[in-house]
Amino acid sequence: MKSTKVALSLIVFVLFIGCSESPNTDSVVQDTDASDTQFFGVAGYRVGPYGPNGAPVATGYLDYLQMLNERDGGINGVKLTWEECETEYNTSKGLECYERLKTRNPMGPTAIHPMSTGITYGLIDKVPVDQIPLITLGYGRTDASDGRVFPWVFPLLSNYWSLTSAIVRFIGKQEGGLDNLKGKKIVLLYHDSAYGKEPHQLLKAEAKNFSFDLSMIPVPHPGNEQQSQWLRIKKEKPDWVIVWGWGVSTATSIKTAKKVGFPREKMVGNWWSGAEVDTLAAGKGASEGYYAATLNLAGDHYPVIEDIKEHVYDKGNGGDESYIGTVLWNRGVAMAMLTTEAVRNAQAKYGNKPMSGRQVRWGIENLDLSQARLDSLGFGKMVPPIKVSCEDHEGSGLAGFQQWDGGKWVSVSDWIQGDSDLVRRQVEESAAKYAKEKNITPKCLGE
Amino acid sequence: MEFFLEVLIGGLLAGVMYSLVALGFVLIYKASGVFNFAQGAMVFFAALTFVGAQEKLGLSLWAALAFSLLLMILLGVLTEKIVLRPLVNQPPISLFMVTIGLTFFVEGLAQLMWGTKVYPLELGIPDEPVATTIESLGLSATNLPTVLQEINSFDLIAAIVAGVLVAGLAIFFQITKIGRALRAVADDHQAALSIGIPLKSIWAIVWSVAGFVALVAGLMWGARNGVQFALTFVALKALPVLILGGFDSVMGAIVGGLIIGALEKLAEVYIGPFFGGGIEIWFAYVAALLFLLIRPEGLFGDKQIDRV
Repeated sequence: MKSTKVALSLIVFVLFIGCSESPNTDSVVQDTDASDTQFFGVAGYRVGPYGPNGAPVATGYLDYLQMLNERDGGINGVKLTWEECETEYNTSKGLECYERLKTRNPMGPTAIHPMSTGITYGLIDKVPVDQIPLITLGYGRTDASDGRVFPWVFPLLSNYWSLTSAIVRFIGKQEGGLDNLKGKKIVLLYHDSAYGKEPHQLLKAEAKNFSFDLSMIPVPHPGNEQQSQWLRIKKEKPDWVIVWGWGVSTATSIKTAKKVGFPREKMVGNWWSGAEVDTLAAGKGASEGYYAATLNLAGDHYPVIEDIKEHVYDKGNGGDESYIGTVLWNRGVAMAMLTTEAVRNAQAKYGNKPMSGRQVRWGIENLDLSQARLDSLGFGKMVPPIKVSCEDHEGSGLAGFQQWDGGKWVSVSDWIQGDSDLVRRQVEESAAKYAKEKNITPKCLGE
Repeated sequence: MEFFLEVLIGGLLAGVMYSLVALGFVLIYKASGVFNFAQGAMVFFAALTFVGAQEKLGLSLWAALAFSLLLMILLGVLTEKIVLRPLVNQPPISLFMVTIGLTFFVEGLAQLMWGTKVYPLELGIPDEPVATTIESLGLSATNLPTVLQEINSFDLIAAIVAGVLVAGLAIFFQITKIGRALRAVADDHQAALSIGIPLKSIWAIVWSVAGFVALVAGLMWGARNGVQFALTFVALKALPVLILGGFDSVMGAIVGGLIIGALEKLAEVYIGPFFGGGIEIWFAYVAALLFLLIRPEGLFGDKQIDRV
C-alpha cells in the first residue's frame, strides 16, 4: 500500500516537472527596489479563460524591455526594471495588482497598462490621485481620448469608435465605395458585455449616414455556443458580419459561420477578434478568408524583432518563442515601445534619470512618432505613426486590416482612418457629460 | 416551417453536447450523492491532457488517448484517496464544498502541466452538412429532405457518441454488480458499508468512469471550439439539463439535454429579438426552474420520500 502511494506521488511529481511550462522568472520580477531605475508595473493575465490572449501580449511587453536593457543598457543609461502581476482579466484582482505595483518602487510605476476595460474603469478615478499614467491601447473608455477631461488616461493609437468607423470604411471599400453601402445589410455580432456594446452608438450613426440596414445580435458570455445566433444570421442573409468577440467567442463565431455556410470573406473581426489564437482554435479550413482589423501588423520580419531575438532569446532569456511575430505578441512589443518612447521623450525635457509618473504623463502627451522615427526604432509599418496632444490622447485613429490565409495573417490594406470628425464629436460630447457628472473643469494639465 | 425545423434540429443536437457533460455530473451524484462542481474542470483537464500529450510529449493520437484516460483514472483514484475518503459519512454539503476546491486545483494543475495556449483539436470528424459528407462518400443525398441534408455531420456523430455512452452507462448501472453497488452507496453510505460494499473502491471506480466521460465530452467540445480554458464553462450548459432531467438519471441527462437544447434555441430565435437577444443562457435556467416547481426531482430523478 505504501509503495503504491509512493509510486503515485512519483508519477505526479514527474508529470509536474516534465510537463510544466517554465516561466522566465527573471523577466517577472527584477530589482524593483532600485531607486535609480525606471520601474514598469505590468498587470497582465496568463491564466484563466483569457490567458491564451493575454500571455503573448505580456510576453511581448517584457521581451522589449529586456531587449532595451541588453542592447542599449536601458533608456539613456537608466536601467529598466519591472514586475508582473497576474490579474486573470479579473477587475478586483487587477485593482489589487495596481495597489501592489504602485508601492514597489520609490518612483512608482512608469505607467500602468491594465489590459482590461473593466480594470480601466476601476482605475480612472485613482490614477490622478496617485499620478500614474493609465495607458489603454485599443480598449477601455473611448471618450478618454479627450485629454482635457481625462489627463491621466491614454487610449493610444485608436479607440473603439475610430475602429468602428474604420471597419465601415473597409467594408465600403470591399463593396466598391461607401455609396454602395446603401441598402446593404450588416450584422454586428457582439459579446454581450460593456465591451461588446462600445460600438453601438457609432455604428448606428454610420448606418444612418450610409443608409445600410444594421442588426445587432448579442452572444451571451462566454460565447462557446452560437448556433441560434448564426441561424438568425443565415435567415437574415446579411452582406457582412462584424465580429466583436473575445476569447472563445471569436473562434466559435468563425467555426459556426462555416457550419451554417456563411462566407468567411464577408466577416470582419475587430482587433480583439483577429489573432492567431482565434483562427487556429476554429480549426483547419474554418478561418480562411476571414478579415480582422488590427492596431499592429503581424510578422517577425521587423528589425526590432531581430534585435529581440538576438539580445533576448539567443541568450536563453525571453518568454515563449512561439509567440514571436504573432499579432498579440507584436502588440505587446508595440505597447512597450510607446511607453519607453514616452519615457525617452520625458527625459529629453527633464534629464536622463528615472522619470516620475507626472513626467512620463507629459512624455506620453507630447509623443510624436513619425514614420521616420518608427523606422529608426525598427518598427517600420508594424504600427501607424502617432502624434498625441492634450486634446487628443488617441494620437492616430488608424486601423489596419488583415486576412487569414490559412496559416498566417496577411495585411490587405493601408492604415484606414474612420470618420474622424464624427468620432471626435461623439468623444467630446461624451467626455463633456462625464466632466459634468464628476464636476471636472476640462483643461490641459501641462507639465 | 423549414427554418423552424432547422432551429429545432440544431437545438436538439446542441442539447446532446450538453448531455455529454451532464452525464459526468450524474455519475458522481449517483455514486456519492454529491454534486461534483469540478466536472467542468475535469472536461478541460482531460481535453488539454489529450492535446498536450500530442504537442509536448509527441504521442500519437491513440497513445495520447490512452495516456489521457490513464491520467483521468489516476485523478479519480487520487480524488477518492485524498479528498473523499476523509469525508465518508460527512454531510453532502461538505462533499459539495470540497468539489469547489477541487475545481480550482484541477484547473490550475491542467494549466501548470500543459500551459495556457489554445490548441485546435482535429478528430477527423467532418464538420460539414450531412449532404456534403454523403456525397464525398460517392453516394447521393438528393432524396433526403433539405432540412436533413443541412444537419451537421459533426453534431450527428456527437449525438451517436452520446447515445452509445448513455446505453453503455445504463447497462453498467442496471445490470452489473458494480452498478448495483453504486446505487446502494448513493442511497446510504453507512448502510452500504454495513452490508460489505467496498465504498472506497466504488468511489474510485465511479470517479474514474466520470473521468472517462469527461474525456469524451472534452474531445467533442474541444473539436468544436478548440481546447482552451473556456471548456470549463461547458458545465454551465449542463446545469439546467440536470435540473430538468434529474441529478441521478442517465436517461434524464440525455432527455433533459434534448429539451433544454431545443427550448433555448427556439427561444433565442423567436423570442430573443423582443428582448434584444442573448436570452438563451438564462432562458434555459428559467425553463429548468419552472419545471422544478412542478417536479422537484426532475423528469427522471428518484422521488425522495422521507419518514417523518
